[in-house]
Amino acid sequence: MMKTANKTVTATRLVKDALAKVKHFEDYNIFTFINEEGALKKAAEIDAKIARGEKVGRLAGVPYALKDNFLSPEGETTASAHILEGFSSPVTATAVAKLEAEGAIMIGRTNMDAFAHGSSTENSYFGPTRNAFDKERVAGGSSGGSAVAVALDIVEFATGTDTGGSIRQPASFNGVYGLKPTYGTISRYGVVAMASSTDCIGFFTKTPDDMNLLMEITAGQDPKDMTTLPDYYKESTPKESSLRIGIIKDFDNESVDIEIRKALKKKCEELKAKGHEIVELEMPALKYALAAYYIIVPAEIASNLSRYDGIRYGFRAGDSQDLNALYKNTRSEGFMPENKRRIMIGNFVLSSGFYDAYFLKAAKARTLIVKEYADAFSKCDFILTPVSPNPAFKLGEKVGDPVAMYLEDMMSVSLNLAGVPGLAIPAGKTKDGLALGLQLVGPRRSDKALIEFSKELI
Amino acid sequence: MEIKREDIVHLADLSDFSLENDEIESLGKDLQGIITYISQLDELNTENIEPTYQVFEMENIWREDEILPQDATREQLLALTKEEKDNQIKVPKVL
Repeated sequence: MMKTANKTVTATRLVKDALAKVKHFEDYNIFTFINEEGALKKAAEIDAKIARGEKVGRLAGVPYALKDNFLSPEGETTASAHILEGFSSPVTATAVAKLEAEGAIMIGRTNMDAFAHGSSTENSYFGPTRNAFDKERVAGGSSGGSAVAVALDIVEFATGTDTGGSIRQPASFNGVYGLKPTYGTISRYGVVAMASSTDCIGFFTKTPDDMNLLMEITAGQDPKDMTTLPDYYKESTPKESSLRIGIIKDFDNESVDIEIRKALKKKCEELKAKGHEIVELEMPALKYALAAYYIIVPAEIASNLSRYDGIRYGFRAGDSQDLNALYKNTRSEGFMPENKRRIMIGNFVLSSGFYDAYFLKAAKARTLIVKEYADAFSKCDFILTPVSPNPAFKLGEKVGDPVAMYLEDMMSVSLNLAGVPGLAIPAGKTKDGLALGLQLVGPRRSDKALIEFSKELI
Repeated sequence: MEIKREDIVHLADLSDFSLENDEIESLGKDLQGIITYISQLDELNTENIEPTYQVFEMENIWREDEILPQDATREQLLALTKEEKDNQIKVPKVL
């Protein structure tokens, strides 16, 4: 469980320890901003409360890392993109406000693929973050900095966002827990939007119990985000003790690393020994989830990112003759190549002549994927799958080949299209010492039971 | 489908990007690869299937049409722009 501050171990001590570790692991390039002054000030306030005998929150003095796409007044919120350089938000994200109200202390903002476009944290304006187990390898992404900050034990937990795997894949690359909740569980108010119909907020932790606590604190309806569900989380009931666990037959093929397939089989044997039943599932539409995802999500990106024009906030290109030139110069200089690819693909699939063949077709494929999950959960309680086809790859290995990078998301994106929750869990190491992860998938609103069940797999 | 240079120029224009020649070339190559990949959806039979645009289980969340207290003041928001004059955001000429 997370260490909270008390009379003997002060919040100031916890914060100073975390800040020392931030410095120690500097060469991993985890943080885009270090909140030294703000964190120490908040720690002193909590220590004063404890000294006076006042009640403190459930996360009193707990140091955490904030993904750089959550708005808060501490530091600049840049989503690790040049175009947001200089943006100090006057607004605080609801999730941040809830964590801080419980006494959590933000140590720093974490590096990410710019605007969360990527699966390696190499598409960042601040350069790549390095993997916790091998510095020559990627952290995964897009929430790479957050995953490594938890894996190296710099902080107790970190926030992330998951639009197609951006929490689960870096969690599995760094051997920590990473949850993408049911769509609509945690308010997205004050979080930089990527694709509104799939974006979710979640966390990286070292234990299932920590994840449960963070969900209890942050889940629930927010009048500032009309796409939040009424709080189902606290009221959820645990599942029966003996469960049916589905495995997807199509994922057991040669495009998936042999060590990941072995780890999955080993976990299945362990579950059987504990009295659970393994059910084989046919889910043929999942094969098309990645293609549907890379149509729907860029379309929403093209729309959401049209707001970045250099006028109201962030970076503005100099020397523009007129307003139109200002827009173009700002966006051309301010976006990373992957941002540009996705915006242009989005505009392509939405443009007249191609809308029916691409966007509408993908929306129909999405219906089939939603239905396939509903059918699967009539045959089993949870599904256990790989998170990604391989463990962490080498820095630079895929960055020049967008389709190879997209294939990283092959087994994670369908959850976002269906809105169902997924929890990445550590599943041992490869023979070379790289982290292995698996993903537990549940029906909508099963998040609490999913977290509880993951203890069976420790 | 094959993506031509003029398609890239058109998409860049729709996206408000001004691209240099080498960027038109490299993005053209990348976009061609991506479009070839996503075109595999053609194989999937979607006859008589309705589209899904969102997976939120609720619809029509209403609220009173009233101004609620805002998180940021006018001054705070204006302070975020690069050039401000008389409480307004200054930009280059429009025409």
